[in-house]
Amino acid sequence: MSDALNDIPAPIGLLAELTHRCPLHCPYCSNPLELERRSSELDTATWFRVLREAAELGVLHVHLSGGEPTARTDIAEIVAYCAQAGLYTNLITSGVGPALEKLHGLADAGLDHVQLSVQAADADTADGIAHLKGAHAQKIAFARHVIELDLPLTVNAVIHRGNIDSMPGIINLAVNLGAKRVEIAHTQYYGWAYVNRAALMPTRASVDRAIALVEAERERLQGHMVIDHVLPDYYATYPKACAGGWGRRLMNVTPSGKVLPCHAAETIPDLEFWNVRDHSLDEIWTRSPAFNAFRGTSWMREPCQTCERRERDWGGCRCQALALTGDAKATDPACHLSPYHASIRNLAVTESSSAAVSPVYRGFGTSASQHPVGETTCGV
Amino acid sequence: MTIGLSPGSIPHLPRGVRVHHDRIRKAHVLLAPERAFDLDTHALEVLRLVDGRRSIHEIASDLAARFDADRAVIEADVIEMLNGLLNRRILGATNLESDQKP
Repeated sequence: MSDALNDIPAPIGLLAELTHRCPLHCPYCSNPLELERRSSELDTATWFRVLREAAELGVLHVHLSGGEPTARTDIAEIVAYCAQAGLYTNLITSGVGPALEKLHGLADAGLDHVQLSVQAADADTADGIAHLKGAHAQKIAFARHVIELDLPLTVNAVIHRGNIDSMPGIINLAVNLGAKRVEIAHTQYYGWAYVNRAALMPTRASVDRAIALVEAERERLQGHMVIDHVLPDYYATYPKACAGGWGRRLMNVTPSGKVLPCHAAETIPDLEFWNVRDHSLDEIWTRSPAFNAFRGTSWMREPCQTCERRERDWGGCRCQALALTGDAKATDPACHLSPYHASIRNLAVTESSSAAVSPVYRGFGTSASQHPVGETTCGV
Repeated sequence: MTIGLSPGSIPHLPRGVRVHHDRIRKAHVLLAPERAFDLDTHALEVLRLVDGRRSIHEIASDLAARFDADRAVIEADVIEMLNGLLNRRILGATNLESDQKP
């Protein structure tokens, strides 16, 4: 191993996408448009090896995600394995389907934290967004059980045109459920959300109200609940550091074992992703072409290359740069220095003020360009 | 509204928060939901005494005796450090100065 490779800092987080199966059909799902099938999922023994290699590599937090991670029959064994390896486990769940009945076993296995998604403050709106009747009520019951088990709860709400004006209700719901944190995450337009952008984009006025609301609520709830706010890129001035910088902090393992620098990285053509079936995590982190493609700053062009913020935001999101400019090495158009910045701002204004569009709901075999509504189920 | 620790408060680390020895980086970190805090020697010494039994007063007395330092100064430092964790909801405590619900 060369000195340059030795300089690569160890990853701190592993996003383990255990399955793409999910009972929900949210139109902003961050999973890829081509979902991986159950038959291609890694088996338990392979996940154990990946988790052991992650701990040896320096990973601290493991985010058990999906899809719905409790759809895996071995979820409790995976949590127990993490606990034994000293890894901090974060269950990222819909709280729907098998989640409730499995929660007690997961707590016993040593689960550290639960992040529960909610789609809206009221059941009708929430079930409409998730495209599943009764989902919201299941989530409420699940959250109560999390608190009964004395597990820390974070409520996560993805924000878009269909729920942005009910944010006060979402924050109150999180308080009433006993959450210690709420994540107000404005939709990031990759995957299903990119396809559905015109249906999801909120107006500038709504976004301004949302930002003011969060500031006021942080003051009101100080010491009781932390509010994390993921701001919307299309109305931003500066881009976000994608996953803390490409190949700097995070590894994302897909259900079939592909290892990605971020969950949307497969949208970038010609990147070569290595699979845990063929390589160790250490090899993939230090040597795989995909992790080295946009690592550091040497790949950058102007205005990023000489920008004083280049090691803060690392040029922003590569997937968004590609989607909006056709060039994955371009400055993320969320940045005010991008030549595309004004045009994406105008795009957001235009789409957000257009008449309501029906979104495409996520599902297996739902072709985003052909069917207005996903009619498939995930078989959880 | 703010809440805060006083010398009589008894702090503890709630479930989902723990001190972890990171063998790869050869450092101690505090692991919490979506967060990891680097712990310097002082912070680590404080957290080793946070056990749900000792009060802030007792923690400060212990540290002052072991490090031959001014007890009042140590107590103020401990309160400031632990208030930071309390307000991030990664520390629990009884006998807080104000404990109103929002």
